Amino acid sequence: MAFQFWKKKKDTDPAVQATDAAVESPSATQDHEELVAVDLPKRSARNAIKSIFSRIKFDVENLELIEDTLIQADFGLEAASEIVSKVKDLAKSRAAKTNQELRQILIEVIAQGLEHPAKALNLSSGATPYVLLVVGVNGVGKTTTIGKLSNWLAQGGFRVTIGAADTFRAAAVDQLATWASRAGAKLVKPIQEGQDPAAVAFEATEQAVREGADVLIIDTAGRLQNKSDLMDQLGKISRVIEKQVKIAEVLLVLDATTGQNGLTQAKAFTQIANVTGIVLTKLDGSAKGGIVYSVQRELGIPVKLVGTGEGIEDFSFFDAAEFAAGIVGLEEA
Amino acid sequence: MFGNLSDRLVETFKNLRTKGKLSPADIDTTLREIRRALLEADVALEVVKSFVTAVRDRALSDEVSKALNPAQQVVQIVDDELVQILGGEQRKLVFAKTAPTVIMLAGLQGSGKTTLAGKLAKWLKEQGQTPILVAADLQRPNAVNQLQVVGDRIDVPVFAPEPGNGVGDPVKVAKESIKHAKQKMFSVVIVDTAGRLGVDKELMAEAKAIRQAVNPDEVLFVIDAMIGQDAVNVARAFDEGVGITGVVLSKLDGDARGGAALSVSSVTGKPIIFSSTGEGMDDFEQFYPDRMASRILDMGDVLTLIEQTQKSFDEASAREMAEKLAKDTFTLDDFLDQMQQLRKMGSLKSMLAMMPGAGQMRNQLENFDEREIDRTEAIIRSMTKAERLQPKILNGSRRSRIAKGSGMTVTDVNSLVNRFEQAAKMMKTVAKGGVPQMPGMPGMPGMGGGFIGGRGKQKDKKKGSKSGNPAKRAAEDAGRTLGEKPTGGSGSSFGLGQ
Repeated sequence: MAFQFWKKKKDTDPAVQATDAAVESPSATQDHEELVAVDLPKRSARNAIKSIFSRIKFDVENLELIEDTLIQADFGLEAASEIVSKVKDLAKSRAAKTNQELRQILIEVIAQGLEHPAKALNLSSGATPYVLLVVGVNGVGKTTTIGKLSNWLAQGGFRVTIGAADTFRAAAVDQLATWASRAGAKLVKPIQEGQDPAAVAFEATEQAVREGADVLIIDTAGRLQNKSDLMDQLGKISRVIEKQVKIAEVLLVLDATTGQNGLTQAKAFTQIANVTGIVLTKLDGSAKGGIVYSVQRELGIPVKLVGTGEGIEDFSFFDAAEFAAGIVGLEEA
Repeated sequence: MFGNLSDRLVETFKNLRTKGKLSPADIDTTLREIRRALLEADVALEVVKSFVTAVRDRALSDEVSKALNPAQQVVQIVDDELVQILGGEQRKLVFAKTAPTVIMLAGLQGSGKTTLAGKLAKWLKEQGQTPILVAADLQRPNAVNQLQVVGDRIDVPVFAPEPGNGVGDPVKVAKESIKHAKQKMFSVVIVDTAGRLGVDKELMAEAKAIRQAVNPDEVLFVIDAMIGQDAVNVARAFDEGVGITGVVLSKLDGDARGGAALSVSSVTGKPIIFSSTGEGMDDFEQFYPDRMASRILDMGDVLTLIEQTQKSFDEASAREMAEKLAKDTFTLDDFLDQMQQLRKMGSLKSMLAMMPGAGQMRNQLENFDEREIDRTEAIIRSMTKAERLQPKILNGSRRSRIAKGSGMTVTDVNSLVNRFEQAAKMMKTVAKGGVPQMPGMPGMPGMGGGFIGGRGKQKDKKKGSKSGNPAKRAAEDAGRTLGEKPTGGSGSSFGLGQ
């Protein structure tokens, strides 16, 4: 699957706001807005996900086993029983009996639950800089995600600025600086440790606008969702950004090992910062991140990106069918 | 933290309490609820299964059918099993006979190792040790730097000969750190290792090599309290791959239901030694399995509460109070005095959260205004000495004067007088019979009088939270869950729980 984005060519008039890319681009001339299709390098998470069902040989009698397995992948009790009952219905209506047929149905059901019309990153409205606000609890991999994402965007020809609004964690800014230099992105740092993160976010936005950056990524400090003062601070950060530019995406980073608390996190962050997408990290471990199914089921927030390792390129778009196929596994048991 | 799990179990048991006799079907219904509650709290499926089986076996045995109150007996069994899984007794940190003691930290990426290293070092320092932090995480960008910042913050030296970011040999660093510690006479060496994924053989091998190089007294496995079903895999991988001696539960202050605690203890059989909450360097405490089990069952963390109380509530004045109660000379002055004692213990909210049955009040607690105490104080201080000694003389005109003097309304004064009368009455009961020892907490005298005599006994028992008599405890619990005022009536004494 190709992910194409539209990007203004640098020698055009920046004042002209791009409207609909599809209409504009074919007839563009030197004087007008010219939109260039940017292909982000293709990536796939296919090999990173290991099946959890490899030991089960499916048949119509043992479908209950699916529920247990899904629970073990953190899908949650309700989602798991819902999936099982859908699989049963489909199996009946299609008279599916073989292991292969039943696997296919399960893949279908899971993939369907994770499909979403807005699963691509919102980087095509033309209103640059596209601001990506990255939020999440402590230790889920926000900073690493930003490093990987900015590198990827830079490879696709985007000019990236990063705002280091995590002014709390020891050495967070240095960590981000390391990533930024690897990715060739600009970094807006706090003037002093412990500075108001909203001030950093404001300055970063100002600079990104002034320098005509394509994408501005704002890193925020990890915060547990039940700390109301920290959550308020996040609200402030998003407000000061929106004073200058509309935020394109609020990405909630979820660790694949997170259990049912992931849903609580998604709810709390959505309430404060209107989360538009999930980044599922650490998918290369033994955890499967099944909680994202519940998150989308209850809140309608899609997974947009997945992190699959420690390397700067271990990062890709989320593909529901691929994810489902990876979890269920196609091979015979 | 276990809020949701305990609330669920309480809800389940409420249905049981109304039954005189339990049929196998009743037990199965309850067990289904327990299974559900535990799964939603992220306890691993295999642990849930064996837990439920164990409870079922015991619940169907004679011990229940012959018990006076079978429902209560089931609660007791669940509690027993929880304590057993969580490791039974509290386990303290092991120190080497000859310094330095070596503590190695291992865990997944993002589990909070580096922050925890700082907290542990600070805690050890406060215990009179001289710790040193060792930066052996040479993988993650700026991990070394982060440890240095943490070290600076708590004023503990950091041994970091290598810059990290992929440069340097962590095994060599670890080895040298021991030499360094011996030379410089540090008493505890805390080795921070690179985070890893459970399946990463290479990094796991590195951790093993570090372990062999430094021969640690403790290998503490740090795990995020918010982890889901994968907790069992991760814990097993670390236990088999590195060999752990204990567990630290991190980020326990989120609203995670903390099922990981059960999963990890159950799978590895290794005790949880510390729990770490919050972002401050002080948010760190020793882990008490029995208290955690009580918390899960919403019996409240009474022992922690008592410890805190003892620190600040001085015994002499408590005894004096008990005597006053017995003689029925409890006045508004005493009432005020108690509130001030209560204040010394810290935030009321955090204390009340440890109370038995607090799950039911959690929402009210969130809205509780600590300044309520200030207002009460203002009212009492606006009274004359005679009025404080004999609240009975408070007529309409006196009340209106007090209201004006304290900037409150007459209604406020009235409600305070009512609360005082209730409290006085309740405390008299306590002083005479001592029945609801703990639950009466917000009406402090209940505690003051109660725990002086009862404490030793309570400490010996697994959980001295409430009455040792299961039937009596059931009655208390029942009262509370049905939304009646606790016997201690106390919630109301300070304007809570309306």
